[in-house]
Amino acid sequence: MSDGDCGKCERLLQGYLDRELTTQEVVEAEQHLNGCDYCRRRYRFEESLRVYVRTTAAERMPPGLMEKLAQLRSTDPGAAPL
Amino acid sequence: MGEPDTAEPNGARRVASEARDRVRFEEEALALADQVYRVARRFVSTREEAEDLVQDTYARAFRSWQSYTPGTNLRAWLLRILTNLNVDRGRRLQRRPDETPLEETDYYLANKMVESGGEQVLDQDRVVERLSQDSIVNALADIPHDFRDVVVLVDIGDFSYADAAQILDIPMGTVMSRLHRGRRLLKARLAEEAVQ
Repeated sequence: MSDGDCGKCERLLQGYLDRELTTQEVVEAEQHLNGCDYCRRRYRFEESLRVYVRTTAAERMPPGLMEKLAQLRSTDPGAAPL
Repeated sequence: MGEPDTAEPNGARRVASEARDRVRFEEEALALADQVYRVARRFVSTREEAEDLVQDTYARAFRSWQSYTPGTNLRAWLLRILTNLNVDRGRRLQRRPDETPLEETDYYLANKMVESGGEQVLDQDRVVERLSQDSIVNALADIPHDFRDVVVLVDIGDFSYADAAQILDIPMGTVMSRLHRGRRLLKARLAEEAVQ
């Protein structure tokens, strides 16, 4: 693989991870990833980094907030059953 | 014409049906509260601010529920309200978005880590070992908010580029460029820590 291909693959990487590429671009990215160990390792790294950011930075809602939000409702759920 | 609908039997049915729609709306909105909070929490610096922001969001959402179009993305609709409220509140003054040139490559952090520990540090477990939860949260908080908002919506909120564009009321191309820069800033911060 030439450096040019790695450069192009890297430009496609973010969109590929975000599932925002066109079908044609997905094919190009995958073709390159299949044949290039360097990009494949880095792609896996980016993927695990993203999963790790998502899981570590996601904080659950504190206890008690749901009750406060429910009190903001204008309707009484019992009054108009679905 | 001119008579209130409630004077008619049809009107009474309509009122009852509207009440049901409203209950359903409120139930669906509340079911998304945890996901809304997760995004809010990374938009602001403290838990208390995030709780306030989410409460204000729901108060406004419950008031203006009729402007929501059923069948569209309710989570994005709620986040749009939240984002506007957050801007209205006047966020902390921040330095101008970092104008310093960034590394030329997306693989910057990966390559830095390889330099310091060999190719095997790219294995999933090693990534987790090297980057602590605190370092990720702090690095995210350090990114100027224009960039951070997009990273938070896409990476933590799992929104598409199109949804993020709608929530933030910016063009999709801007979402993509801010996302790209935001992630690079994040990786540059993480690199400082990971290779120490």
